[in-house]
Amino acid sequence: MKFGIVTFPGSNCDYDAYRAVIDGLGEEATFLWHKDHDLHQSDVIVLPGGFSYGDYLRPGAIARFSPVMQDVVAFARRGGPVIAICNGFQIACEAGLLPGALLRNASLKFVCEVVQLRVETTDTMFTNRYEHGSVLRIPIAHGDGRYTADSETLNRLESEGRVVFRYMGGPGDADEWWSPNGSMRAIAGIINEEGNVLGMMPHPERVIDPLLGSADGLGLFESVLARITV
Amino acid sequence: MSRYRIAVRITPRRGILDPQGQTVAEALHTLGFASVRDVHVGRHIVVELDAPDRPNAEQSTREMCERLLANPVTEDFEIAHVEAT
Repeated sequence: MKFGIVTFPGSNCDYDAYRAVIDGLGEEATFLWHKDHDLHQSDVIVLPGGFSYGDYLRPGAIARFSPVMQDVVAFARRGGPVIAICNGFQIACEAGLLPGALLRNASLKFVCEVVQLRVETTDTMFTNRYEHGSVLRIPIAHGDGRYTADSETLNRLESEGRVVFRYMGGPGDADEWWSPNGSMRAIAGIINEEGNVLGMMPHPERVIDPLLGSADGLGLFESVLARITV
Repeated sequence: MSRYRIAVRITPRRGILDPQGQTVAEALHTLGFASVRDVHVGRHIVVELDAPDRPNAEQSTREMCERLLANPVTEDFEIAHVEAT
């Protein structure tokens, strides 16, 4: 299976995603240049983390108009799997692939730490290899991760089982929701209605080997591999 | 065609947490401006463009706001100022 990883000007997690696929998963990966209209026959697209276009205007606001994004949006509309991580999540929201928006952290601080992430549903092509309710250790590194949507959208996400990951274990009770960035309902990751576009602020591609402190992110890539036969 | 300079004001939508505005309000309180009730921090964008007339210039600026300059999910915009240059 081939993963196509988009490189925008300012992407900085594209190589992490590349190594996660090559070393962690043992599958094929290729970089997709933001100016090309060419997805290299990829089976899965990764929109990686970083600061595309310097986060000018708003994170993701300009990247969504990159030439390659027209092809990524068409790919997603045809049902192609898209993993949108961190800045990728912001771009996917701006592009209308996912509902809501990611605003400046409530603390106004850039947050860079390992968080506990609860798997809220395993009934997706991205989480079928995890156990329901299991808690993963995955790093976050962002200044604009406060997931925001109107209450109607939030209720719909919940009732349709589309909240995929939640932040857990704040300073108080380890079993409580806790937003390190002020995210509404502690939402860390969501999926689109059709189930083929995942957006998440934490970085699974950075934790694919115990040597890196955790291998909890590998399951996400394995889940996609398990679901898709090429 | 005439040239217009149009100022657009973009603000966080009412009801959405605006931590930047809150922090500025607190700083103003600290400075003794006790009468401050609320502060909102947004963006001010100035666009210069050519258009046949003023309504056309405003209309195309509005489209720019809807498509790129403002996020329709979380922000409101208004045309704050228009001048022919």
